[in-house]
Amino acid sequence: MKTTLSINGKPYAVQVPKDMPLLWTIRDIVGLTGTKFGCGVSQCGACSVLIDGNLTKSCGIPVAAAVGKEIFTIEGSSENLEFLRQAWNDGNVPQCGYCQSGQLIAATSLLDATANPTDKEIDNVMSANICRCGTYTRIKKAIHKAVALKNETV
Amino acid sequence: MSKIQKIDRRDFVKLFGLASGGILLGCTATTVEKKFKPAIDQDYFAPNLFVHLEKNGNVTLIASRSEMGQGIRTSLASAIADELEADWQYVSVKQAIGHEKYGNQNTDGSRSVRTKLAPMRRMGAAAKRMLITAAAKKWNVAETACKAENHHIINKNTNEKIFFGDLVEAASQDEVPAEETIQLKKVEDFKFIGKTLKSVDLDDFTHGTATYGIDVRIPNMKFAAIARCPVTFGTVKSFKKDKAAKVAGVEAIYEMPRLIPPTGKFFGMLGGVAVIANNTWAAFQGKLALAIEWDKGENASFDTEAFKKTLTERVHKTGKLVPGSRGNVTTAFNAAEKTVAATYHVPFLVHAPMEVPNATAWFQGDKIEVWAPVQDPQTARSELAHFFEIPIEHIIVNVPFLGGGFGRKSKSDFVVEAVAISKKINAPVQVVWTREDDVQHSFYHATSAQYLKGGLDSSGKVTGWLQRVGFPSIVSSFKPLSDYASGFELGQGFINNPYDLENFRLESVKAEANLRIGWLRSVVHIHSGFGINSFVDELAFAAQKDPVQFRLELIGKDRILTGKSEFPFNSKRFKNVLTATAKMANWGVKPTKNHGFGVAIHYSFYSYVATIVEVSVVDKKVKVENIWTTIDCGLALNKDNIKNQLEGAAIFGMSLALYGKISTKNGAVEQHNFFDYQMTRMKDAPKIHIHIVDAMKEPPTGVGEPGVPVMAPAICNAIFNATGERVRSLPLADLGMV
Repeated sequence: MKTTLSINGKPYAVQVPKDMPLLWTIRDIVGLTGTKFGCGVSQCGACSVLIDGNLTKSCGIPVAAAVGKEIFTIEGSSENLEFLRQAWNDGNVPQCGYCQSGQLIAATSLLDATANPTDKEIDNVMSANICRCGTYTRIKKAIHKAVALKNETV
Repeated sequence: MSKIQKIDRRDFVKLFGLASGGILLGCTATTVEKKFKPAIDQDYFAPNLFVHLEKNGNVTLIASRSEMGQGIRTSLASAIADELEADWQYVSVKQAIGHEKYGNQNTDGSRSVRTKLAPMRRMGAAAKRMLITAAAKKWNVAETACKAENHHIINKNTNEKIFFGDLVEAASQDEVPAEETIQLKKVEDFKFIGKTLKSVDLDDFTHGTATYGIDVRIPNMKFAAIARCPVTFGTVKSFKKDKAAKVAGVEAIYEMPRLIPPTGKFFGMLGGVAVIANNTWAAFQGKLALAIEWDKGENASFDTEAFKKTLTERVHKTGKLVPGSRGNVTTAFNAAEKTVAATYHVPFLVHAPMEVPNATAWFQGDKIEVWAPVQDPQTARSELAHFFEIPIEHIIVNVPFLGGGFGRKSKSDFVVEAVAISKKINAPVQVVWTREDDVQHSFYHATSAQYLKGGLDSSGKVTGWLQRVGFPSIVSSFKPLSDYASGFELGQGFINNPYDLENFRLESVKAEANLRIGWLRSVVHIHSGFGINSFVDELAFAAQKDPVQFRLELIGKDRILTGKSEFPFNSKRFKNVLTATAKMANWGVKPTKNHGFGVAIHYSFYSYVATIVEVSVVDKKVKVENIWTTIDCGLALNKDNIKNQLEGAAIFGMSLALYGKISTKNGAVEQHNFFDYQMTRMKDAPKIHIHIVDAMKEPPTGVGEPGVPVMAPAICNAIFNATGERVRSLPLADLGMV
């Protein structure tokens, strides 16, 4: 399949089998390696991206399903993602850092949908993402902090 | 530790790829790090710690340890920066390639800070002295009239100041100050050490720009996946590749023989059938499309359920007496008012770092270059020299970020695989393991069975302690037929039982290995921590004593066990972490309905840890509500990083207590991926409270691992407190409790 993908607002021409998972198209064909492989079966969230704003495990959908849609990855930038980055920095969240691309994308999707999420709402969305280093406490705190940072600037 | 020396300018580029100019200081940290030392090319002296100062003011530390989430790059840099009086924004870290010039780079045993702190501080101090000397000459004042502050040298008389970078040229002409004249800062003057410093790599982590092993890209590289026999050490009998060859993107398929390491060192590789493609997914798909008939070999009947029964029978009979046992437990038990006995089990476990094993290699005839997320690049390098018969100086091992290690990435089998394939196809290649490969073909944390028996006198004092233990030894991975736990393994919490026991007997029973055995975060301490802490709780209950008070009595009087250790065990510090945790957790308050509290303490990697856990148990389902942990790790180099590590250890320990289990049937691992080898997730994460003991005048000790061994026993003891039921066999999921 010869097509063009729109990732973070930029067009990328690709030629791939249409059933190749979006994850591997992004990593191996397009060459953006910030989106990570963790399990290949939509269990860990390391490969999380937004497709037309919807939180998606990119290992679990074929590239064909993303054609004509806007793909947002950790290499991108959005208002909520920037506040989250700041909060991740302030809270010294990462350890090995590997899962944090997916964590940040999932958190972005959460804040895009819910301006001021409760702990329970954070748990519901973020429990799809595994952090083997165990930085959950910090991630949760950083999401609250991002909301606070955003409110301060408004 | 050797003298600090200036590195000749001509060697700058040659050795480090650093721009020539500025000051490059190096020294050798010589600590006892003999385990798995590479055998080759050790016969010349070379410094192994480096700091580079440039005219623009930049300070670069060459980090010799792999970064896998433990924050070592930041911790080591902060020690230099503190003594140098550097401005943190000028400090950066360059990752060292695998080379013996960096000393032992093996990142395990929670020892990086323990062994590197002093030399790092001395180098920072030496560099500062050189800058002060240069400034004093310039101002024509005594050195004592100058001080360093925030990346400047200040003339105390005139308050004039010169930027570090502007002094580098002059300072580089001078000799390194004599060792005895190098003065280190006082603990109370530390600016970075013992404070909270953010990771130097944060921006890369939050923008997806940190390059992990799996992100390495080389022009014209291929991607490979390998089908390995489901049974350990099984081999390919025959295979059909027609279907796999038709997968779009698949370019080559070939059989890889197993590479068996020589006795005593290295890891070799399992072998199987390799599928080489122009992208990772095609390689994965090609692998799935292979039809392979295996010769399953001698491990084909290995069944973990049956093995658990065998090990249990063995620990219920007399085993081999381990040296270090003392007194007479038989007499003690005969005279006891009461005896208590129990048997405990831990299953096989796998590391499952978020980044699967992977390596990129380019075999170029007379040389090899590798990019691999390895904890021990030197062993990888020596291993490649051995298997591929290339002189070691023609092998480069680059170490990108590790997406978690936990011990898995100190075994370089996946690096050997990548080089073998690159050699075969004459092109650079990246081998990527699937998660299923990772779960099913690891170097597993061993399973164990333990039998404990204790005697109590009428006052509830422990008069005798018998412990029999059996687990397949890590040594079996280096020396086949090593069927008993080795001395270094029994030294992880078993023979060095921290309690004041007059009659103590440790026995070891046979436990053969039918899987590859490796080390996993905190290693054998997982077994000793679980067995001893669970059993002490049972003894406390039998003695009708409070579990915290009972432990304090059992640790006994204040004493320091020196032995040969440079970090002697101090019973006072052990009691102190327990008391501090009890205070933090408000120990003694009656738990609310369905709730319970459990305690565990453990001494490992020279650090003292106590943990109290609060659980709730409703309809037999356990929820961990709170975890309070105290650590005494001596000088706390980077407090927030230590806190982060202990929070992580709590989650890691929870995962293994609640879910961790690798089982086999007919020799094959039954688990596949995160759906059947589960991890603690955010919704299950408790509130975690960490306290770091202020022991800044003690030498720094381990941080990455010591938080793990206490978790499973503290959780199980809390379950007993809540329900009256003892959990003696992990994980809780097996008992339907999660």
